Amino acid sequence: MTEATVISEVSTDTGLSREVLLNLGPQHPSTHGVLRLLLQMDGEIVERIEPHIGLLHRGTEKLFESFTYTQIFPLTDRLDYLCPPANNLGYALAVEGLLGIKAPERAQYIRVMMAELSRISGHLLITGALPMDVGAMTSLLYTMRDREMVMDLMEMITGVRMHTSFCRVGGVREDLPEGAEARILEFCDIFTARISDYETLLENNRIFLARVENIGNITGEDAIALGLSGPNLRASGVDWDIRRDEPYEIYGQVEFDVITRKDGDCYDRWKCRVDEMRESLKIIRQCIGQMPKGDILIDDPKIAFPVDKDLLAHSMETHIHHFKLSADGIQVPAGEFYAATEAPKGELGYYLISDGGEKPFRLKVRAPSFVNLQALCERTTNIKYLADVIAMLGSLDPVMGEVDK
Amino acid sequence: MVASDRPLTAPLTTAVQRYGQRVSIDHSASDMTCLVVAPEDLVALCTHLRDDPALRFDFLSDICGVDIFPQTPRFMLVYHLFSVPHKWRLRLKCRLGDPPNAPTVIPVWPTANWHEREAYDMYGITFDGHPDLRRIYMWDGFDGYPMRRDFPLRGYKDDYNPLGVTRPSEAGE
Repeated sequence: MTEATVISEVSTDTGLSREVLLNLGPQHPSTHGVLRLLLQMDGEIVERIEPHIGLLHRGTEKLFESFTYTQIFPLTDRLDYLCPPANNLGYALAVEGLLGIKAPERAQYIRVMMAELSRISGHLLITGALPMDVGAMTSLLYTMRDREMVMDLMEMITGVRMHTSFCRVGGVREDLPEGAEARILEFCDIFTARISDYETLLENNRIFLARVENIGNITGEDAIALGLSGPNLRASGVDWDIRRDEPYEIYGQVEFDVITRKDGDCYDRWKCRVDEMRESLKIIRQCIGQMPKGDILIDDPKIAFPVDKDLLAHSMETHIHHFKLSADGIQVPAGEFYAATEAPKGELGYYLISDGGEKPFRLKVRAPSFVNLQALCERTTNIKYLADVIAMLGSLDPVMGEVDK
Repeated sequence: MVASDRPLTAPLTTAVQRYGQRVSIDHSASDMTCLVVAPEDLVALCTHLRDDPALRFDFLSDICGVDIFPQTPRFMLVYHLFSVPHKWRLRLKCRLGDPPNAPTVIPVWPTANWHEREAYDMYGITFDGHPDLRRIYMWDGFDGYPMRRDFPLRGYKDDYNPLGVTRPSEAGE
């Protein structure tokens, strides 16, 4: 069905028709990026929602097939661009799964700590943006202020604020800089108190509650059928978290609670994320406490660059391997591997097919936002008015870089 | 991955045996159990995998299109399933000829809707019974299927893309 035929469906014969086709976005602030929603309205009541995506499509999966395994990391940063370390991690696990290697333990702790920091960064956006979508501006200012602290930590650890590309196949790019642990713990202390501020600010706000409570309810059964994952699924009462149920890296060695809610409405999805940030802080603190000294990159010259750069000046073999790795990339054995991780938006899956060369034969991204956004147009949710669409969209927390790839 | 080292359990073996030679196990996959199914049996097998209380693959994670050009059959659909109650994963593979055609699994998992639109948009795989099969990323007038292996990285040359590759049909004229 083309756009033209959709528009022609609406009767305008009499000029008195109450049916309206409304274009929401792609530039509207509440569309969370370049999303265009085509709404068929009967007065204020929404009859049909049709998301039009693709405005940000950059051909990421096509590009994967012409990049080496190391060159792909920056592309993964740009999927859920609020949480690049979490995207890097999933991809690294897929390649490492085919190579049959594991990163050193210190690298695993750093990866998990970074992934949880990025979860806080991602959740902070929706914690502030959903209230803003429904009219409460103040919370976004507070959450952006706190997100700056996470950005500063990212800058200190990786050198950049947004597109960190910090993971490598077999470890991470660099070790933590001097004093990083203390700065991260300081952030944890400050931020713990501030999470309660958001709750105080919004849970006593009658307008906010009226706009999100009992709006867009999704039952657990429907959520599974729709393929929802992450906080969107757990808000509907489904107790499933990949970090706990299929533990990867060092998630099996840290303690945290899986947050679930019962009603599956917009409020529960918001609240689920607020509580998840507390659990992330818990994990980060344990990572700092348990993190051993040691290597941050696997010691295999055919997979990773040497950590000790002095070797390049003194060892011809190291020099040759470095050159080969730079020019040709990593040779990954033929086979296939599906790595699923619990990204901030839900199940982030990388399905990698290798033909034995230095570039992926096929790398498919199971992007959680792509699937979550689909729930918006299904009539299993109790959206009635235009105002509810805004709340529903905000609570699903789609990031368009991930939806469009 | 916890699911990777799980053996093929008895209920899954029973499901495979129901279809005789038409459903087989792909032993090349090392990360999870993988079944190969013909398009004719896809919906029936998926329904069984979802409804059997011992299996309960109620969550469709992903549908991935693959082009194995120049091999035949040229196309493949890969389904990644997850069982929320049992917490384990399964992969299905379905080989398709050219032009590629497969039945829709939306009646089994409604989430398949956009996944199938993506496979259609990128590979030109048509899904019989899909209620709204149209492009999802590319614009309606886009010519060709960009994820096919014979589609040039820079696209085909036209008024808007002077740096693209000349189409084989035009080059021969």
